[in-house]
Amino acid sequence: MSTLADVVALTCLVAGALLCLTAGVGLLRFPDVLARMHAGTKPQVLGVLLVMVGAAIRLESTSTTWMLSLVAAFQLMTAPVSAHLVSRVAYRRRHVRRDLLLVDELRDGSHEDRFYRGDEPADAPPEEPDVAAAEWREGR
Amino acid sequence: MSTEARRDWIRHDLPLLVWLVVVWILLWGDWSWANLIGGVLVALAVTWLLPLPPAPGGLRFRAGPFVVLLGRFVRDLVVSSVEVAWVAFRPGPPPRGAVISVQLRTDSDLLLTIVAEMLCLVPGSIVIDLDREHLQIALHVLSVRDMDEVREQEARVLAQEERVVRAFGSSDDVAALDRVPVQTGGRR
Repeated sequence: MSTLADVVALTCLVAGALLCLTAGVGLLRFPDVLARMHAGTKPQVLGVLLVMVGAAIRLESTSTTWMLSLVAAFQLMTAPVSAHLVSRVAYRRRHVRRDLLLVDELRDGSHEDRFYRGDEPADAPPEEPDVAAAEWREGR
Repeated sequence: MSTEARRDWIRHDLPLLVWLVVVWILLWGDWSWANLIGGVLVALAVTWLLPLPPAPGGLRFRAGPFVVLLGRFVRDLVVSSVEVAWVAFRPGPPPRGAVISVQLRTDSDLLLTIVAEMLCLVPGSIVIDLDREHLQIALHVLSVRDMDEVREQEARVLAQEERVVRAFGSSDDVAALDRVPVQTGGRR
């Protein structure tokens, strides 16, 4: 029984550590912020969860198990929020590799303005300079 | 305290208080009356000093659909992790992504929050933006080959929404799933 528990714990710990490693590799290899956020959430979160499970089995203490489950719960709740906020800022500040996007349905929307919105980098050009200039002259 | 206010307090503030006390006791790691009383005092102080905006609507809880949601979520989390790991390690050029916009049907702050949170952890998607007024959610997809896969991803988003609504939504929310025609693919 104890051997079985050890094997399960070991498997969880190693698998979790490997997933965290893939998250790191993803951060290095992915082309832009949005893609990197994928690496920062999914394998990261599952990796932490597995390490928590492994540690809980190995430590065999009720109070530690509760604390680890708290860590897991907050990991699940907070990782998506931070990834969303970073992605949103990255998109609005145009840190997007548009050449790698197959389609961008957010961009051809009607409420997307072509002027500065005030939160881009100071040197970001309008996305469509000619159209933006023409619309500005017409006083839209 | 009027009946209305008391019902509001029981539905919104009490669960928060209980949750804070539970967190406090878990953080201390063991049960004792001192921890319980300390937890209640801390929870009262936190809710009084840092009040949250009211979340209208509230949630219903249905056990059957919740089990479906949970099981599917665990499966999705594993699949998406393996998928991202494969994309990270595979040789060759960087993946082609896509930013897609999907028309949701739920009109409830709490449900939309849960949907958006879960979408970040299931295969393919990271939430970029949510147009609260038009119920359109914008997502980044990590790796797509063609438009068919984009449509597939949209279907998965809607399925995720449906599972969440069936587990937590009021009967009005569940009815809204069928009422609003499903539109996907960009803003109109």
